[in-house]
Amino acid sequence: MATSITPAREDSPEAGELVATRRGRYHVLTRFDRRVLMLMVGIPLLLDVLLIWWPTASSIFLSFTNWDGVGAVTAQNFIGLKNYQFMFSGYTLFWPAFLHNIIWLAWLALIATPLGIFFAVLLDREMSGTGFYQSVFFLPVVLSLVVVGFIWELQFSPTEGFINNAFGLVKSGKLIDWLGNPRINLYSILIAASWRHVGYVMVIYLAGLKSVDPTLREAAKVDGANEIRTFFRVVFPVMAPINVVIAVITAIEALRAFDIAFIVNQGKNGLELLSILITNNSISEASLVGFGSAIAVILLLISLGPIIVFLSRVMRTTS
Amino acid sequence: MSVIAAATRRSAAPTVAARGIRPGRVALHAFLIVMSGVWLFPLFWAVYSSLRPISDTVLHGYLSWPSGGLSLANYQTVWTQADLPYYYVNTLVIAVPAVILTLVLASMVAFACTQFSWRFNLVTLMIFTAGNLLPPQVIIVPLYRIYLNTPLPMLGSIDIGKFSFPLFTDNTLLYDQYIGIMLIHIVFQTGFATFVLSNYMKTISKEITESAIVDGAHVLRIWWNIVLPLCRPALAAMATLLFTFIYNDFFWALILMKTGDKRPITSALNNLQGEFFVNNNLIAAGAMLVAIPPILVYIFLQKQFIAGLTLGSTKG
Repeated sequence: MATSITPAREDSPEAGELVATRRGRYHVLTRFDRRVLMLMVGIPLLLDVLLIWWPTASSIFLSFTNWDGVGAVTAQNFIGLKNYQFMFSGYTLFWPAFLHNIIWLAWLALIATPLGIFFAVLLDREMSGTGFYQSVFFLPVVLSLVVVGFIWELQFSPTEGFINNAFGLVKSGKLIDWLGNPRINLYSILIAASWRHVGYVMVIYLAGLKSVDPTLREAAKVDGANEIRTFFRVVFPVMAPINVVIAVITAIEALRAFDIAFIVNQGKNGLELLSILITNNSISEASLVGFGSAIAVILLLISLGPIIVFLSRVMRTTS
Repeated sequence: MSVIAAATRRSAAPTVAARGIRPGRVALHAFLIVMSGVWLFPLFWAVYSSLRPISDTVLHGYLSWPSGGLSLANYQTVWTQADLPYYYVNTLVIAVPAVILTLVLASMVAFACTQFSWRFNLVTLMIFTAGNLLPPQVIIVPLYRIYLNTPLPMLGSIDIGKFSFPLFTDNTLLYDQYIGIMLIHIVFQTGFATFVLSNYMKTISKEITESAIVDGAHVLRIWWNIVLPLCRPALAAMATLLFTFIYNDFFWALILMKTGDKRPITSALNNLQGEFFVNNNLIAAGAMLVAIPPILVYIFLQKQFIAGLTLGSTKG
């Protein structure tokens, strides 16, 4: 279609001045140019569809089957909603894993993310050493979660770890098994995950704070608002776009949680997470492809929330 | 009234700051110093443990002063016996082409979608952005099957010393291959990079592209010779960020590779945990060695890294 590609700014305020030239514009773009542009978008798009969206759709499709990965999927493989039935009522690991993801989300949303925002607010001022503090809190962000997991194992390990030794629990024999005890190990790895998450949130929030119009703050000060009031009543509302990004990042991080739990004990014994149940069921000797896909669909459905929030924001700012 | 108050306050503030004894500031610094200590401690502890000979910690426990001195012996052991250099190369073989190709693909999409308006502009950008936000585990089950069922030609291999890089595969499949890991990184990260680069390119005046077209330049030329050079800061930031992301990734290689020798360094570290890292001192040394490249990025490219992170979140 000749009209499918035209130079931009049709919808811009100055569109009026472009009207005259617009007709000429598609003659300016040669057929060759148009084909090149289509390839420039088409090739990456094809890869994205093939390796991201096709598997997403396949996950949904496979979740209605009992396919074990051998041979082709036939009509006999279709078992309707049985995977979901079993997942909700028979599979003892599903609800714990679901709960762990919720706890993960709650922890990040109520503790780690606010702490990151708090650090950002504290450091967003003319103050000696602010650069140093920023660098310190930011340091874990560059590290792999695998390394983060290893570093914290050195803290939490029962007899050799720092924490039990420092509190004299090794000497007194009252060891706390931070990573092995299913009642507390989730919180231990959440501390490790937060170590990285806080810096991440801080950096993004700081960038946002820098863009807040300083006269707003001055005006609040003039009106006699203290710093806390100024933040909640003036800065925080102005930061709404960044707040959405931070919320989305927090939610996505909680849903993606996998690495540290896997490193500690492959996601067992208190560290079950939806992401880990998916791989454990479908990519292992059990090879329950259909069942694993059903868990993946649940994870997908939850993820759609933050994804849609993010996309609607993108839409709003572009249009 | 308030104007006067502002004026007096503004003039008062510097003198107080100059005196430098505001209790608020002192408390703030005290708090931040304590928190910095808390933040740095795990890393310090890992470094400290990695420098202590195992004999020393066996005898005195981990919570003790170094009686036998500190040494790099653990690093040496990990480096040589666990074949660590080998795994760095595995990571580089995957990460370097992946970063370059991701930037090429993403900048093409961003260029076409921001410099020209066409019907599916926004939809395209949304497909890429949403794809990158999906948890990888949502797609892993079918992806694993795709990898097991995608045939690739075996065209021999490039052998350099002990390294052998198959072209394109050594088992006729996409599964368990460098190229397979590279591919999924490229596709996954292209979503992110497209989002960031298109935000950046939106700030470039379209008149540049328009006048270049009027002058008869091909779109490929405009992309490569005009728009990409203007995006250099964004490209540098993204290259830094993507390299760190891909270097740090654990999940894809864990699932889509099975041969231990081919694994990138992060998955290798996990693999070595049980079989090779028999004590915490070696684990610490291994973790620190794996952390060195990101820490170098942190030291030398922190600005780029942060720019990459914030470009993706504060604009657009």
